[in-house]
Amino acid sequence: MDWERHLLIAPILLPLLAGAALLLIDELRHTLKALVNLASTLALLVVAAALLRMADGADAGGGSVSLSYAVADWPAPFAIVLVLDRLSALMQAVTSILALAALVFSLARWHLAGPHFHSLFQFLLMGLGGAFLTGDLFNLFVFFEVTLAASYGLLLHGSGSFRVRSGLHYISINLAASLLFLIGVSLIYGVTGTLNMADLAQRIPEVPADQRMLLQAGAGVLGVAFLVKAGMWPLGFWLTPAYMAAAAPVGAIFVILTKVGIYVLLRLTVLLFGSLSGELAGFGSMALLWGGMATLAFATSGVLASQAMGRLAGYSVLISSGTLLAAVGIGDAAVVSGALFYLVSSTFATAALFLLIELVERAREPGADLLAVTMEAYGDEREETEEPEDEEVGVVLPGALAVLGFCFGCIALLLAGLPPLSGFIAKFAMLTGMLNTAGLGSTQTVPASTWLLAALLILSGLAALVAMLRTGIRTFWAPLETVVPRVLVMEVAPILTLLALCLAMAAGGGALIRYTDAAAHALHDPARYIEAVLGSGNPEGSSR
Amino acid sequence: MELTLAIAIGVLTGSGVWLVLRPRTYQLVIGLSLLSYAVNLFIFSMGRLRVGAAPVLGADGVANPADYADPVPQALVLTAIVIGFATTALLLVVLLVSRGLTGSDHVDGRESR
Repeated sequence: MDWERHLLIAPILLPLLAGAALLLIDELRHTLKALVNLASTLALLVVAAALLRMADGADAGGGSVSLSYAVADWPAPFAIVLVLDRLSALMQAVTSILALAALVFSLARWHLAGPHFHSLFQFLLMGLGGAFLTGDLFNLFVFFEVTLAASYGLLLHGSGSFRVRSGLHYISINLAASLLFLIGVSLIYGVTGTLNMADLAQRIPEVPADQRMLLQAGAGVLGVAFLVKAGMWPLGFWLTPAYMAAAAPVGAIFVILTKVGIYVLLRLTVLLFGSLSGELAGFGSMALLWGGMATLAFATSGVLASQAMGRLAGYSVLISSGTLLAAVGIGDAAVVSGALFYLVSSTFATAALFLLIELVERAREPGADLLAVTMEAYGDEREETEEPEDEEVGVVLPGALAVLGFCFGCIALLLAGLPPLSGFIAKFAMLTGMLNTAGLGSTQTVPASTWLLAALLILSGLAALVAMLRTGIRTFWAPLETVVPRVLVMEVAPILTLLALCLAMAAGGGALIRYTDAAAHALHDPARYIEAVLGSGNPEGSSR
Repeated sequence: MELTLAIAIGVLTGSGVWLVLRPRTYQLVIGLSLLSYAVNLFIFSMGRLRVGAAPVLGADGVANPADYADPVPQALVLTAIVIGFATTALLLVVLLVSRGLTGSDHVDGRESR
């Protein structure tokens, strides 16, 4: 159907319009702002579901594997083009689910802690949607910057000395990484004369040998920029303090930010340096594999050494990053399929952990309410006068400690990769892909690096389990005087929803594995991506 | 011309990197600005250096595309300048807030011992 194609631009336009409209609404009208934000995020979820269905059905009738949308109907290599395939639809769906969970959580209290929370939230979603859907390197830069600019504001949300200090580091590092991004993009343009990803994939095999080094330098610099965002060791030192400092709902939505870097790396390595690219095939995959393993080792020891729960969550993000980077480095379709499953599962689990931490910390430090302190530091009188009356709104959860403990246990299972939750299936799928590529009973040898990765993967699960157990015992069992935290249903509901989704992913794992399998196989067939983008460039077949 | 531009980019990058590695927030901002100038010049040079070639085609059509400069890097530079300007302005605000909250202009909020 014709109108369906226009849905492709909805994940960018919808949050842009909602965010802009939210700027016009007075800060005092919290409820209205919250409603607009909620409505837009819900609509985004519906759009994401429709996109998921479209992407999954795209090649059912023998059609192309991805759909492209030429913005303003200019033909493909020359203008802005959006591309939807299974991978981008999956990322978009994960983002919208996560956004909804974080938003509902923030509505309990956090959205009052500073101005423009709702606008920034929508702009962040816009940047993410654009980054997942764009088919052009420079637009990728623009959407990355939109995402980052919104994330700078969100990280500082709630203010306070610790947040500002880590915000300063976060912003400086990301600005420097953006400059690397630009250098990489311009070098690639200088060699190939195009920035459209599909066009690039076509032209890279034709690059003359004497220019190949420049192209590799450009791709390498570009890769470093994404690796900084994905938090690869040794480029990821900024990540833990920044994520610790962020307000709980912001930390939850930030989990997807590291996955953007990984998404781009996955997309570009298989498209630009995949099966089509001749002598350049496989460029950078060794660096990703070993870098991912180094990250995994670093984060594993980090998890074990963590005292504060926030730090534990930060290192869990790094574990997830390291695993995914190494899986992208291996690049085999079966491993990538498992990795995509792992991406969804670990994103939900870590985000739920970030949300849970704040609720649990409330039990630890009664009276010293973090929010009240930061509000004071922030010094916005309007907000302060508004705050007390809103404090009482909402249903208080009975048996809070039991529910929190249950959630904590589920997250521990997910992060450690134990059955019956989806973390187990994810790791199992990846390990099967690594060790058993040709089916049972084959005599194919598995490279040593893969064995090492498998060992690290299992060890990181053990470390996560040990660390979570230790923290759990200290938090839920050890205290002599248990303070029951005041937790609203509204705050636990998002966590329970995320965990329920993980359970559903374990129960209905077959459907998701089929989807990620198809996504991974489509990724490893760049010719079809190119055909979908450039083939639709003629006026008749375009997306008017 | 190539040599002049290359030296200019090199000097800007070198000073920028040195300043970014300094401990004061003001040096950080200036360093990042210098780096972004260097990067902007670099993007511009990726369209090949031409003198006296217009980047925009006239209304009477194209006689020979080789007579024109590549307009894409120039458009990219414009976008990069705008984005760099906005993010630097934001960094300045954060820097001032940090100075106000911690009373120090050290990037870590306190002097290193």
